[in-house]
Amino acid sequence: MNPVQISVLGIPGVGILWALTLAAFGVFGWRSWQLIGLLRRGRYENRFDQIGRRTWHAVKNVLLQPRIFNEHSIGWSHFLTFWGFMVYATCFNWALLRGLFPMLPIPYPDEVKVAVLFLEVFSVLVLVSLAAALARRLFYPPPHLHLSFDANFILALIALLMLTMLFGSAFRLVAEGSRWTAWTPFGGLLAGAFTGLSPERAHGLAIAMWWLHMIVVLGFFVYLPYSKHLHLLASPFNVFFSAGATRPLGDLAIPGAKDDVATGASKWEELTWKQLLSGFSCAECGRCDRACPATTSGYPLEPQQIIQKIKQHLIATGLGKAPAAGGNGNGAPKLIGGVITEDEVWACTTCLACMNCCAVWNEQVPLIVTLRRHLVSQGAVGRTVQDMLASLNRYGNSFSKSDRMRAKWVQSAGLKIKDARKEPVEYLWFVGDYASFDPRCEDATRKTARIFAQAGLDFGLLYEAERNAGNDVRRIGEEGLFEMLRDRNQQAFAKAQFKAIVTTDPHTLNTLKHEYPWNGNRVPVRHYTEVIDELLQAGRLPLKKRLNGRVTYHDPCYLGRYNGVYEPPRRVLRALGLDVVEMPRTRDRSYCCGAGGGRIWMEDKEKIQERPAENRIREAVALGDVPTFVVACPKDIAMFRDAAKTTGQDGKIAVKDIAELVAEAMEG
Amino acid sequence: MNLFVLLKMVPDTVEELNVATDNRSLDSEYLRFKLNDPDEHALEQALLLKEKHGGKVTVVALEAPEVDDSLFTALAKGADRAVKIPVDQAGLGSVATARLFAAFLGAPGQITPDTLILPGSQAIDDLEGEVSAYLAEALHLPYVGVVSSVVAAGGHLVVLKEFSGGMRGEYEVPLPAVLGIQSAEKPPRYVPVAKVRAAMKSAKIETADLPPPETGAAVVVDRMYKPEPTGRAQMLEGPPEDVAERIAGLLKERGIL
Amino acid sequence: MSTGILVLAEHLKGTLADITFEMLGVGRQLAGTLGGSMHAVLIGRDVAGLAGRLGAADGVVVVDDPALEQPSGEVVIALLQQLMEQKQASLVLLGGTNAAFGLGSRLAARTNLPFINFCKGARAADGAILLTSQMFGGKILADVRLAAGRGIVSIYPGSFPADAGRSDRVPPVENRAAPTVAAAAVFKRFLEPDTSDVDITKQNVLVAVGRGIQTQDNVQLAEELAQILGGAVCASRPVIDQGWLPLSRQVGKSGMTVKPRVYLAFGISGAPEHWDGMQASECIIAINTDPKAPIFDGSHYGVVGDAVELLPLITEKVQARKG
Repeated sequence: MNPVQISVLGIPGVGILWALTLAAFGVFGWRSWQLIGLLRRGRYENRFDQIGRRTWHAVKNVLLQPRIFNEHSIGWSHFLTFWGFMVYATCFNWALLRGLFPMLPIPYPDEVKVAVLFLEVFSVLVLVSLAAALARRLFYPPPHLHLSFDANFILALIALLMLTMLFGSAFRLVAEGSRWTAWTPFGGLLAGAFTGLSPERAHGLAIAMWWLHMIVVLGFFVYLPYSKHLHLLASPFNVFFSAGATRPLGDLAIPGAKDDVATGASKWEELTWKQLLSGFSCAECGRCDRACPATTSGYPLEPQQIIQKIKQHLIATGLGKAPAAGGNGNGAPKLIGGVITEDEVWACTTCLACMNCCAVWNEQVPLIVTLRRHLVSQGAVGRTVQDMLASLNRYGNSFSKSDRMRAKWVQSAGLKIKDARKEPVEYLWFVGDYASFDPRCEDATRKTARIFAQAGLDFGLLYEAERNAGNDVRRIGEEGLFEMLRDRNQQAFAKAQFKAIVTTDPHTLNTLKHEYPWNGNRVPVRHYTEVIDELLQAGRLPLKKRLNGRVTYHDPCYLGRYNGVYEPPRRVLRALGLDVVEMPRTRDRSYCCGAGGGRIWMEDKEKIQERPAENRIREAVALGDVPTFVVACPKDIAMFRDAAKTTGQDGKIAVKDIAELVAEAMEG
Repeated sequence: MNLFVLLKMVPDTVEELNVATDNRSLDSEYLRFKLNDPDEHALEQALLLKEKHGGKVTVVALEAPEVDDSLFTALAKGADRAVKIPVDQAGLGSVATARLFAAFLGAPGQITPDTLILPGSQAIDDLEGEVSAYLAEALHLPYVGVVSSVVAAGGHLVVLKEFSGGMRGEYEVPLPAVLGIQSAEKPPRYVPVAKVRAAMKSAKIETADLPPPETGAAVVVDRMYKPEPTGRAQMLEGPPEDVAERIAGLLKERGIL
Repeated sequence: MSTGILVLAEHLKGTLADITFEMLGVGRQLAGTLGGSMHAVLIGRDVAGLAGRLGAADGVVVVDDPALEQPSGEVVIALLQQLMEQKQASLVLLGGTNAAFGLGSRLAARTNLPFINFCKGARAADGAILLTSQMFGGKILADVRLAAGRGIVSIYPGSFPADAGRSDRVPPVENRAAPTVAAAAVFKRFLEPDTSDVDITKQNVLVAVGRGIQTQDNVQLAEELAQILGGAVCASRPVIDQGWLPLSRQVGKSGMTVKPRVYLAFGISGAPEHWDGMQASECIIAINTDPKAPIFDGSHYGVVGDAVELLPLITEKVQARKG
């Protein structure tokens, strides 16, 4: 059967096919060109390095889609729909070629038994997947899933394609007078319903199905770059070019930037092309929103919306159809203040939950930081943040205390700790602001010092030369201040001699490890739990008693998601004899305490129902009979102890730092 | 408007202040300086006025530790000129300081009919009194101190001065004038470090050539010393629950309950 | 050698401020040692009736004029200059208040006398006056000598006992006209703070909040305690500047001066400007996380602790006692 050997109103089928194909591809190509043009107007950044790694990353994530499976209800559906689509796309192109070039000595795909089998099997798998997807959408949609016309339309289109395929197959069988064959299992079944059709009618219907199929696909082609299904095209590139393929996510530097990126972006053209590509790649699935602690707590931030708003703004203003709503002189709304509000931008804790689950590997956090950089460059920061930044600038700490007070805790603990500025040490202990100055954290810091001392660890401090490492300063968007702090710390490092760094705070760990250029003198940067784990395993920490009981461990964002350190703290707890009970949101799904990204310094303007830390404490209490909440970050100590009080759970659950537990076991 | 903001560096009280061995000055070992808080507000007020009414802002300061930082920060915030009078602020009291500023501002051409001079209202080391007041006297200009609001209207200024009890007095002040700013209408703006660093690279601080005044401090300090901690509070110790109970007890004793 | 002393009386809305009596007290003591007379200077609108309370002075000079609701600096300085000549007074005492701000410096400039600010202590010896002034918010003290007892001095409020300046004696009064000097800055009117709110100066108990309560939400905790104690919430300047409470609740140099029976200071460091406004409270209980906070130097009771933690606990304990 040659479907193009028809003629409609005197026009030969081939001609019609050509016309439709050219029109569809034309519109598709033109629109794609427009969109690529928009990307090219963005700022440059170098994502063209390490092609090998990028390719492997893309192949893994696009073809196997592991992240799609992080939500069980849709994992297989999407996977099967995707692969079905791949099979169909292949066969479509094959059929199109054959149709456009009748002289080609190749058969149509539906003349090849294996091809037909594949198509039929997949059509059923896809239909089942679509049914599951539709059911999920209609009856139990997860929050932040966009129930848009767009989405339902696509589901309907895909379903239509599958059905035209199946019916086409059925009608062909009837036309040929065949019955069910093993090569056409489902088409054959369907054919049974049409036995009454005459071969000519069936033939005609089969051809009609073919044309309907082709037209729907061509129509889909036209529709695709105007809909959210642009993600089909954009996301493979997005994954290929993603930062996660080649660099640690804890590094906010923009490689190869040619413009001054420290001032952020005040309009869409000041975002990089990769940031603009994010909008096209977003499939509006809502995973990021569901994982986001700010969204869950009721803050105005929804990561998906940040991406979507930029996309809509970019298309609206970039393609010259700017709406006249408020903003600057030329009638376009401002990127920040108009399209995206300042409150949204400041609500982010940079916890990375969004980026951890994004199936297209979008980079929401660096995008938000870019917007913050612009606000900072305008001085548009809240009063408390201003005071903090001024304090960090002047005194190198966020507590408005003289830098000379940084190591006072050593004195008051009655300890003798080596001065790394004066003598070489093996481990430079970079204590950090909170562990040094906050009275709530002082106990854990002291205990950590004693643990190191008893283990015979050769360690020292920078004393007054230590400055805030700058992780959160960078994430607030104050690049200049971050660089200044980094420079000062590096000067101090240059004068000291050490083989490795150990930090108390995971934020410090992150920035020292990934954002400080060690200029060839890179040393290992470890978290104190990693060091304690090693010491225990090497038998250098004598434990006098075994602690019993159930505890739950909270993975700090910057230790877990950002740096993959999950096991050492757990090993330590188990070595102490404790029974570690996991919360539902464990490891990389850990729920942020809400302090990161400078949020610990910010004030809430809105009335928040439940803060992230409170939510997390409730999660722990819900485990039942777990009296201890173990943390490994000084900010966590502060946040969770407060949350235990404000939720009234401080009778049921105690917040303890790992150092405190180890010290307890060492005391006997 | 032709705006002048006068900046003064004062000892940063975040550090322990100690007296030097001569018993008449501060021990300089850990002494650090920061910009006098009201001066920061004065700068902010000047910038706000410039934004509203146009004109230019000139910041002026004497030589002092870390003063360059403050001058560059002012430029980064939007000031147009920064001038340093190369006379060391140390040892000069408010009187001599005001005299120097008066010499600079009193030079021909500096004070124009639309000139407004905004020093900070006062400083924590004003043993001799307020630079702003002395300056107004020396220049024979109208003066209001403890100012928390400045509005330009029809050729003159409407100024609010803080009294006590939350009351404020409204004054009409002609230009040119000296206003001692206590607080600006908005809190001082933030300027990112990158901008200050850029200012340090691109902008220059001018030097005003002025002879040092004949006399230094007008008030001679016999002795400087740290106060004895007098009657310290009776500290209540113990866990919060117990402390709260004790306080409730105190309230009962005082007849509040 | 006798030195005449002039004291510029301060008054607001028909009442003499305590600082006036502090100055009269110290002036009396100095005049006693140095010889010489002390005159109080009372200038304003409808102030003649207040003269009778200034009996600690040897005489009162009254300038009462309807145009002088808030006399301009020029007029006051001119008056003081005149009186310094006429009464042969070479020591002038002024209040370290916003109202008298700048007068001392300007008078010193015109009379070529030294001006000493922030004075907390004064005594006469050998014809000279020895003053002790505070600097850097009270962290450092400076002793200054006024040779021949000549100079202009600003008295730091709360440094001297006000009672020493009160007297039942009725002083001789001299009425004068205001010097005819043009005011460069023209006073127009007073802007009152919103009085529809609570008058914190009339409360028996005040629950005061400072930076240490951290967020606006926590002001609510203070309200709850204030309510159960039958008092009101007030605040230090930083809290008012943030907009968490209205201006009418500000305690301090630019705010209200309060004298409740109990002043509970939560998260207030005790900076001089705030201390000014509440130091006369009968019982000051301060809660602050910083053991070195200056407020502990002057409060009656102190707790090194977290205001946010203690507020609800105290409310609870008080509630329990009330039954």
